[in-house]
Amino acid sequence: MKIGILAVQGDFAAHAAMLEGMGIETAEVRTPADLEGCDGLILPGGESTTQLQFLQEEGLAETIKKFVADGHAVFGTCAGAILLASDVENPKQESLGLLDMTVLRNGYGRQIASDVFSGKSTLKDEPLEMVFIRGPIIERTGPGIEILAKHAGKPAIVQKGRLLATTFHPELTSDTTVHEYFLRLAAESDSSKKNGTKVRAAKPERSKRELTSAKSST
Amino acid sequence: MDAKKVNGSGNGNAGPKEWRVKVGLAEMLKGGVIMDVTTADQARIAEKAGACAVMALERVPSDIRKEGGVARMASIKVIREIMATVTIPVMAKVRIGHFAEADVLQALEVDFIDESEVLTPADEENHIWKHDYRVPFVCGARNLGEALRRIAEGAAMIRTKGEAGSGNVVEAVRHMRTIVAQMKKLTLLRDDELMHEAKELGAPLDLIRQIAKTGKLPVPNFSAGGIATPADAALVRRLGAEAVFVGSGIFKSSDPEARAKAVVKATTHFDDPKAVLEAHEELGEAMKGLDIRQMEEKDMMSTRGW
Repeated sequence: MKIGILAVQGDFAAHAAMLEGMGIETAEVRTPADLEGCDGLILPGGESTTQLQFLQEEGLAETIKKFVADGHAVFGTCAGAILLASDVENPKQESLGLLDMTVLRNGYGRQIASDVFSGKSTLKDEPLEMVFIRGPIIERTGPGIEILAKHAGKPAIVQKGRLLATTFHPELTSDTTVHEYFLRLAAESDSSKKNGTKVRAAKPERSKRELTSAKSST
Repeated sequence: MDAKKVNGSGNGNAGPKEWRVKVGLAEMLKGGVIMDVTTADQARIAEKAGACAVMALERVPSDIRKEGGVARMASIKVIREIMATVTIPVMAKVRIGHFAEADVLQALEVDFIDESEVLTPADEENHIWKHDYRVPFVCGARNLGEALRRIAEGAAMIRTKGEAGSGNVVEAVRHMRTIVAQMKKLTLLRDDELMHEAKELGAPLDLIRQIAKTGKLPVPNFSAGGIATPADAALVRRLGAEAVFVGSGIFKSSDPEARAKAVVKATTHFDDPKAVLEAHEELGEAMKGLDIRQMEEKDMMSTRGW
C-alpha cells in the first residue's frame, strides 16, 4: 500500500515520518501525476490559504475530487480538514467541498491559544492526545457525517465513508491510532479497486455509546 | 466526553507540552514562504500570493541598512493592523536579548517572535531565555554551535542569518552549508569524540548527541537573508532549508505581486527546474543587491548574536 501526502506546504514531513515508522510507503504529492498509484491521500496541516492556491492553480483540486469519486480514502488534519469542508468561514474561503460541514478557521484564536489536550474517542479505550495548533472548529456537520471524537463540545474527528478529518494533529504525537484507522479505510479502497466491488467503510471498534450525545448538528 | 486540558496554565511558563505546540507551529510553516511586510496592504498582497506567514516590520532590512540609526521592535499600531488584516500567522521581531520587547509582543499575541540580528542588539552577551514564553521564537544562526545555543535557550525554529537586506544569497548559502556539513560530521563521530565537538562548537552535549543520532536539528531549519529570486529560494531549499524567509527581496523589487507568487511557487517546486523556470517567466527587475566582499564588518548584520 502507498499513501500520498500533499506536500505543497505544511507538516507533510511529520505525516511521512509517522507512516514510515509504521512500515508504510509514502509519496510526496505536488502535481496531479504524483497521485498515480496511491491508495490513499493525506492533506496535512499548514496554511489552508497557501495550500488552496496550489490546489486550484495546478489542477490538483480536480485530481483529488476524482480520486475521492473513485472510492479512495482521504484524511485531512487541521488545514486538511478545512480543505475537505463544504463551507469555510472566518473568513469565507473556497474549498474542495467533499465533506458536508461548516468549519471556522482559527476557531480557538491565535497561536497563544494552541495547546495539547486529551479526550475520548470511539477509536480506542484510552484517551487520545490532541495537539491543537491554530486549529479550526467544526461548527456544523451535515447528514451522514459520524463524529468519532469531540473537544470542548465540538467535533474533533469526523468521518464519512472513506473521508476522515481531524481538527487536531495526530501526526505530532507518538500515538498511531488515527493513522491506523485511516490505513484501514485506504486498505478497503485498495481491495475494492482490485476486486471491482465496493466494500463498506471500516467502522470504529468501540460502541458509539459514549458519543450518543454528539448529535451531528449544531 | 470533552477533551481535558493536560497541561499549561496559560500564565506564560512553558512546559514540555507547550514546547511541542511551539515546534508544531514551525512544522506547519514548512515548504512555505514567510514574507516581510510593513503595511496592511503589503500583508494582503503576501497572503494572496500564497505566503504561509508574514513578518510585520516598520522598515525592511534594506531600508534599515540605508537609513541607519537604532532599529527596534516595530510600532504596535503597524503590527496590530497587519494582524487584523491577514488570517495567516503574523511574526514580529525583537532586538537580541530584549525580553521586555518580547513580553510586549506576547501580550499582543503575535504568533511567532523573531529574536533578530536585523534589529540593533539590546544585549551583547545574552539572548532571551525563550523557554519562558508560550509564543514560539525563531532565531538566526551562522553555524551549528549558534543554532544549538539558541535551541537550548528555547528557539522553536532556526533560520540561517544570511545577510539581510543585501539581496545577495551568498551568506545564506554559506550558513546553510556550514550547518548541514557540521551535522553530517557529527553523525560520523564516535561517542567518545562528541564531547570535544561540543566544546569546539560551544553547544550543549545532549543536543550534540541527539544530532549525532538523527543527523538533523530537533526543530525546523529554515533559510533567510538575501533571498531575492525564485531560483534563490530553490537553491536554499535544495541545500536543506525546509522553508524560506524573504525580506526586502519582494517589496523592494519592481514587481512585488508577481515576485511574491513566483517565490512561493519555486519554494514548493524547488526540485523541479521546469517549475522554477515558469516562476521566473515574466518577472521584472529584482532588488539591487550588495556585494558582501565590499562591505565592512561593522555594516554586517549577520555578525550580531552570540
